[in-house]
Amino acid sequence: MSPFLFWLFASLTVIFGAAVVINRNPVASALSLVASFLGLAALFMSLDAYFVGIIQVLVYAGAVMVLFLFIVMLLNLQAEERRRINWLAAAGGITVAVILLVQIAVTIGRFEAARQAFPPLARSTDDVWNIGALLFSNYNLPFQIVGVLVLVATIGVVLLSKREPR
Amino acid sequence: MNSFLPWIILLAPLVSAALITLFTLRWKTLSSSISIAAVLVSFTCSCLIFAHRTATAAEFTWINISGAFQVPLGLTLDQLSRTMVVLVSGIGAAIHIYSLGYMRDDEGKSRYFAALSLFMFAMLGIVLANNFVMLFIFWELVGFTSYVLIGHWFYRDAAADAANKAFITTRIGDFGFMIGILMLWMAAGSVVFTEMAPRMATLAGHPPFLTIVALLIFCGAVGKSAQFPLHVWLPDAMEGPTPISALIHAATMVAAGVYMLVRVAFVIQASHTALLIIAWIGTITAVMAALIATQQNDIKRILAYSTLSQLGYMVMAVGLASSDAAMFHLFTHAFFKALLFLAAGSVIVMLHHEQDIWKMGGLSRKLPITFITFVVGALALIGCPPFSGFFSKDAILALAYERNTPIFFLALFTAFLTAFYVIRLLVIVFFGEPRSNIARESRESPPVMTVPLIVLSLLATLGGFAFFARNFLALPVEKEIAIIVPALAIVALIVGGGLAIALYRNRLTEPVKDLELLRHKFYFDEAYSWLIYWTQELLARVSAFVDRWIIDAGAVGGSSRGTWGIGALLRLVQVGNLQGYVFLFGLGVVAVIYFAVFR
Amino acid sequence: MVTLGDYLLVSGVLFSIGFAGVMLRRNLIIILMSLELMLNAANLSLVAFSRFRVDSSGLPNYNAQVFVFFIITVAAAEVAVGLAILVALFRARQTTDVKDISSLKF
Repeated sequence: MSPFLFWLFASLTVIFGAAVVINRNPVASALSLVASFLGLAALFMSLDAYFVGIIQVLVYAGAVMVLFLFIVMLLNLQAEERRRINWLAAAGGITVAVILLVQIAVTIGRFEAARQAFPPLARSTDDVWNIGALLFSNYNLPFQIVGVLVLVATIGVVLLSKREPR
Repeated sequence: MNSFLPWIILLAPLVSAALITLFTLRWKTLSSSISIAAVLVSFTCSCLIFAHRTATAAEFTWINISGAFQVPLGLTLDQLSRTMVVLVSGIGAAIHIYSLGYMRDDEGKSRYFAALSLFMFAMLGIVLANNFVMLFIFWELVGFTSYVLIGHWFYRDAAADAANKAFITTRIGDFGFMIGILMLWMAAGSVVFTEMAPRMATLAGHPPFLTIVALLIFCGAVGKSAQFPLHVWLPDAMEGPTPISALIHAATMVAAGVYMLVRVAFVIQASHTALLIIAWIGTITAVMAALIATQQNDIKRILAYSTLSQLGYMVMAVGLASSDAAMFHLFTHAFFKALLFLAAGSVIVMLHHEQDIWKMGGLSRKLPITFITFVVGALALIGCPPFSGFFSKDAILALAYERNTPIFFLALFTAFLTAFYVIRLLVIVFFGEPRSNIARESRESPPVMTVPLIVLSLLATLGGFAFFARNFLALPVEKEIAIIVPALAIVALIVGGGLAIALYRNRLTEPVKDLELLRHKFYFDEAYSWLIYWTQELLARVSAFVDRWIIDAGAVGGSSRGTWGIGALLRLVQVGNLQGYVFLFGLGVVAVIYFAVFR
Repeated sequence: MVTLGDYLLVSGVLFSIGFAGVMLRRNLIIILMSLELMLNAANLSLVAFSRFRVDSSGLPNYNAQVFVFFIITVAAAEVAVGLAILVALFRARQTTDVKDISSLKF
């Protein structure tokens, strides 16, 4: 992928990711997160991971974020008012995050392989088929368990949202 | 001759002291009998030893640290020791008998005799010891028994304080003494006197060391023999019973200092600087004490200051490098000073414990025997021929004339002063008219007190003559003494005596009232107590500061507040704040990454 | 030329931003969204590595992509349950401020 496109989508992702954290209005945050996910999907595509990219859009941007927006509307969450900022806590938090970032950056910098270009792929890969084959052969058991997990989650959600009987 | 006989001299009083203290405190007569018996045993054995010149004593090894440090328990029996042992036990015996009369009605009679026996043990120990360590032990013991005896009437504040003062002051001197002993041992490798003397030659090339060692050893004598500046305890020690003043503070304990200096003359005479300092300290003490004595009104105080003055003479003689002259004067002084104190005691007890001379008077008629013996002692003290004091004091004056002229003139001046205050004492106490009812109604003392007085007066008369003294001491060499010395001495005597008679005859109160400096003993006591007060004040302030600010506020308060503070800080970790927990979580992750990747 | 390191860096930045969001925002919804951001950053890393490890037959290592598949699934389930809890909490306390739910004290 051309570097220009990579950096375009990468900065999109990052900027909208920052917007999630910075915005006071939860709706604006949710929509920024959607945009961030779309950018991520583009990045996945650029890595020849087409299946994962589509799944990202369908499940994450399409289902999970919709869920978030539903809840925001349901609870009628307003934009937060301005309030006093605890500068000490803020400074501490930002410091830890920055240190973490620095550590990651330095580690990446030391990682020799990170400077190499991606190896070329064979003819066009059929990643849906390949992932599916892996999923149903090597990872069959985890696949089934995840299915059960989703079922349990569904039941749990239903239970949790029940109103107390009057 | 049995080599244990000398040990009997030393141990008999110890046995007596132990017996009395442990068993017979309740029975006063028995206690006093045991004590007197012990001292008579010591005296008898001393005479036997004296007669047999070749007697030796058994020696035991006490400490032996791999040959490097050996302290034997041994007795030295050269002529000096024999003489001293006879002197000490003889005068001690006289005083024991005298005490029977003086302390007749005292309720503490048993413990008095126990302490007296212990003192005899200690004093004989000093005189007989053959090494420095043993000497020092007995030295300290003598100080202790002196404390006990001065404070015999401990329920009187003045007596208790005087006992403390004596002990503490002599202790200061003993500190220097101890350091001196250690330095000597370090230099000479042994503490036994006879072994050390030849080794002193190896130190000949180190004059500063010799001077310092000599002066440190002299410190002990300064304390024990009450020289300037540690003289302040002796006058106060007169709070003790008069026989004690006679024995300890006239004849024996204070003489221990001079004896010790003579014993270690090989150390002191090795350094000319030290000798000079010693001579001057002796002179200063002699003059100062004589000046103070002229203004005192307590009969025992006058005698105490005269003791100080005579001790100054002895130390002066030591400093002028003549041990013989010093010992001669010590010898004669023991007799006439003990005599004077006992006679004074006789006066005091017959006047129902009155000690102020201005309440006495005309006692020559009331207490004749006491009077005569007192006069003998007084004439000996002022150096009037033919009494013993004349010969010994003359020897010292001749020495000074030969070797150091300023000291000679000061010594002569002191002789003048001595005559002055002694005749003053005689005139006020014994002549004229009685000044109080007590004096008017007094009568002579019982024989148990007058007999020792008579014996001592005989010794005070005869003691100076060569035919008598030669048996005991090495007399100072009689060279061509310029006749001017005894002549000047006699002139000083007559002038002083005459002045005293003229001033004090038939007086009712002290005529010379303006000499405040002398009356207050040159303000030494005041100066010392000011010094001690300010030293303690400073120390107390520093300690209070350290205690209040460094210990209380700093260590105790600091640690408690610090712990509280750290606890308060740590408590913030668990406030239930979710995001706080996340923060700590993040910190942990950062730390783990740091240690995993970057180390 | 875009290298592996660039993708990893983007992933790291996204992760830090998400972490900062979890620490600093008070609204629970925003916190949950930041959590999602962190998860996605991890996904990006995995996919980048999957593309980087090409085996002999010229195919990327699909194990990582299977892993990403599972992460997305589980994250979706987790979001559902998380939001349900949030709703229940809001009904009980009428607040979504994280400072008001501080019962987890000493």
